[in-house]
Amino acid sequence: MTRTALPEPAALASAVSARDRLALAQALNLLDDRRPPARQCAAAFLDALPAEKQESGGHLIGITGPPGAGKSSLTASLIQVWRRRGLNVAILAVDPSSPISGGALLGDRLRMHASGADREVFIRSLACRGEFGGLSAEVWPMSLAMLAAFDIVLVETVGVGQKEIDVSKMTDTTCFVAQPASGDSIQFLKAGIMEIPHVIVVNKEDIGMAARKTLSELKTTLGRRTDADGWQAPALSASAALGSGIEALADALDSHRQWLLARGQFTARRRRCQAEWLVKHLREEFGRHGINRLGGETVLFVELANAPRRSPIAAYEDLRARILPHS
Amino acid sequence: MTPPIKRDKPWLMRTYSGHSSAKASNELYRTNLSKGQTGLSVAFDLPTQTGYDADHPLARGEVGKVGVPICNIGDMAALFDQIPLGQMNTSMTINAPAAWLLALYVAVAERQGATPAQLQGTTQNDILKEYLSRGTYIFPPQPSVRLITDIIAYTVKHIPKWNPTNICSYHLQEAGATPTQELAYALSTAIAILDAVRDSGQIGAEGFEQVVGRISFFVNAGIRFIEETCKMRAFGEMWDELAAQRYGAESEEMRRFRYGVQVNSLGLTEAQPENNVQRIVLEMLGVTLSKKARARALQLPAWNEALGLPRPWDQQWALRMQQVLAFETDLLEYGDIFDGSPVIAAKVKALVDGATQEMARVQEQGGMVPAIESGYVKRQLVTSHTERMRAIERGDLKIVGLNCYRETEESPLTGGVDSGIMKVDPRAEREQIERLNAFRAQRNATEVKAALANLAETARSGANIMPASILCAHSGVTTGEWSQILRDIFGEYRAPTGIDIPANDDSRGARAVAIRTQVAQTGEELGRPLRLLIGKPGLDGHSNGAEQIAVKGRDVGFEIVYEGIRLTPEQIAKAALEEGVHLIGLSVLSGSHVEMVEDVFNQLDQVGLKGLPVVIGGIIPESDAALLKERGIAAVYTPKDIDMNGIMVDILNLIRKNHDLPPVAAI
Repeated sequence: MTRTALPEPAALASAVSARDRLALAQALNLLDDRRPPARQCAAAFLDALPAEKQESGGHLIGITGPPGAGKSSLTASLIQVWRRRGLNVAILAVDPSSPISGGALLGDRLRMHASGADREVFIRSLACRGEFGGLSAEVWPMSLAMLAAFDIVLVETVGVGQKEIDVSKMTDTTCFVAQPASGDSIQFLKAGIMEIPHVIVVNKEDIGMAARKTLSELKTTLGRRTDADGWQAPALSASAALGSGIEALADALDSHRQWLLARGQFTARRRRCQAEWLVKHLREEFGRHGINRLGGETVLFVELANAPRRSPIAAYEDLRARILPHS
Repeated sequence: MTPPIKRDKPWLMRTYSGHSSAKASNELYRTNLSKGQTGLSVAFDLPTQTGYDADHPLARGEVGKVGVPICNIGDMAALFDQIPLGQMNTSMTINAPAAWLLALYVAVAERQGATPAQLQGTTQNDILKEYLSRGTYIFPPQPSVRLITDIIAYTVKHIPKWNPTNICSYHLQEAGATPTQELAYALSTAIAILDAVRDSGQIGAEGFEQVVGRISFFVNAGIRFIEETCKMRAFGEMWDELAAQRYGAESEEMRRFRYGVQVNSLGLTEAQPENNVQRIVLEMLGVTLSKKARARALQLPAWNEALGLPRPWDQQWALRMQQVLAFETDLLEYGDIFDGSPVIAAKVKALVDGATQEMARVQEQGGMVPAIESGYVKRQLVTSHTERMRAIERGDLKIVGLNCYRETEESPLTGGVDSGIMKVDPRAEREQIERLNAFRAQRNATEVKAALANLAETARSGANIMPASILCAHSGVTTGEWSQILRDIFGEYRAPTGIDIPANDDSRGARAVAIRTQVAQTGEELGRPLRLLIGKPGLDGHSNGAEQIAVKGRDVGFEIVYEGIRLTPEQIAKAALEEGVHLIGLSVLSGSHVEMVEDVFNQLDQVGLKGLPVVIGGIIPESDAALLKERGIAAVYTPKDIDMNGIMVDILNLIRKNHDLPPVAAI
């Protein structure tokens, strides 16, 4: 492959499925590429990935929480647990972009350094590039590519207050990392501003009293509330510094996946994730007006839930063509 | 006949040195002592400083480069062969494994027939500043504080003339600290350490004054020598007050601010390097003129440090500067010449006030350790250094020969066969590994195993680490083995990089905006935003250059991946692949750039990234720069390249070239 030529989509898809690291890196570069021919190539690549992996393979996890809560260090500890369990892990780490320069410092690799030179761990950093509520638009398509090659795909997002939970709409399981002695997350939960994550973990249990207090407040706030699927979120405590509570956290994340699978909701949830991505992306580009041209949000979600499986990029282009009058 | 004039005793004169092997360094030390040097200052190589044996994969290319390799008691004995330690005063620049090197020193002294009580000298042993500058930390902050504490408690009891820790403001200045920040962070570090010693319970309240009295400092002196004089007077005043009020030290002697100095290397230039001679002399004045605030020990850098490693002649020249000041001038004949000066008093007060405020901010965050862990202190330093670099770039901060008065005749000093620097014998690494293997073959394996088990037990129990370490030294344990036991128990650490600072005003300047537009434009042409990986391979922890490029890169619109110091070439190649970067920038200041570049290229080939452009920055002699370019490096930057915007345009064009795009015009 020359540097400027686009890859052959089917060959790239089969190399990614065979866990070729260079191929995955090229695929992620391709999914980041905004030029029209690259978009077509990317759509063909995604369509060529095995359907089973897209619909029900692996485990796509979102991890979010306020800045300083220790998301990256918890992620580093989780990586070690998963590796001990024989699972391979891909990470999409989203960092903020500079509002002035558009540049970004992608620092999460540093905090996750524990993975060192392990070839079964793959970390791609992404700048959120000022869009998508703390998530970058590339996260969903890139997650799909990673799911074709890795057992666990974890998306770590910028903590930006209530919006940070956006990630929950585009992952199988969302983990919220709460900062001990900070009431913000509890307030958001209480007020119903923030959607309920699937697992809540209070990090830094090593600091003692404050962490225990936050955990008990969270448990009280959550009470018996469940999410739309009927899942009741557990609240745990852990310490990335001491390595305590990490096994239990990994178990809790997996039990949500098992729960979805057992109830036959797993594939539906994946589809819903894609629908959320499509609608969100359309809203960014065309506003409510554009959504209305497609019959409004409710109708659109029903349509997407019943549509045959398509790559997100191809599906998006179709919807786009229906909104734009003369193209 | 005129009566002899009463003169003060001069300070200890040292030269920071060591290279290649214990034997070669021993010869150098004995030559230096015969030239009138009055103490030794040992420079260790980076594997020793970071606790690796010479045959560890991370040590490749670094053995014997920036100092002497010490792997075991055999090396330490050779280093001090025919130098009676009972009479010597030895300063050792060692931090994370300070307890180990001190243990080796004690063990060698015992073999020479000296008692610990006779020993005089200093272990730098300030691990906290390693997280902020220099970077030779190993363990997380808490166990590091414990190691510092153990050395203090042990030496106060058993080696009473030893300076167990040299709290360093030196490296803070190198990392960009202003005089106020130097004062604030060094004294905040002293508080963290003294509090930890007190709380460890190893020394009772009645002996605590002795602990306070043994704390010494290692300070930097820059070119603004009036301000530096005032800084030293401010240090003295603040320390006196702290010792008395916080720690109840009553005797004036125990409250005295004792410090050694290495004058500034940061300001030394690669351009017209002969000018560094007058810089060094002026900087020496800042720490000697005021009798009240005069250094106890002084070491001067050589004029050619920005070019590479100094030769014995260069170091001799530095020693002679001290001797001329101490023995030819009348400096030592007078009392303090600044007492009563309102100008000096006002400047001292301003520094004390500023430092007091910043110390309060650190204490509000829970003290120096939490302020380091959160990245606060490092961000303050990166911010200050960024401002300094931008001031040099703009020409507001004048540096003769670098950003003004650049016309120059050809220098006869850098023209010789050796280009005016020393080259370490390339056989040094292999020979050290051979010596290490021979040493391992002849030791008693059972004894080694028992000593290491005892060390592990001590580390876990929380008992003082020194006796177990001395036992290890006598038993033939190696530097790598001692460190690995503690790595396993304490864990390893990666410090915050501090580069997540807000963009400054320069990034809104016309030139930065123009570059940003071009960076964005090229990103659109290539389909995605441009990404750079800034990598620091090897053990060298001098990260100023990497940090400045990272911040500047972000400010002109690149997406920057920077993982901090001490990466293996394998990790760099892995990151380049996973992150899909357009170019790699390496930074190496230890002199091991040729080996590092070779390894990085090999690893890039292996992951399938052959042809990805790679640039390098560091202290790289011209002959090596040519060699690196032959091997495929796209550009080499050295300290004389101060035009950061220009470097950014360069990098942009290298990326464009790699994608067959024409270069953008000069911006």
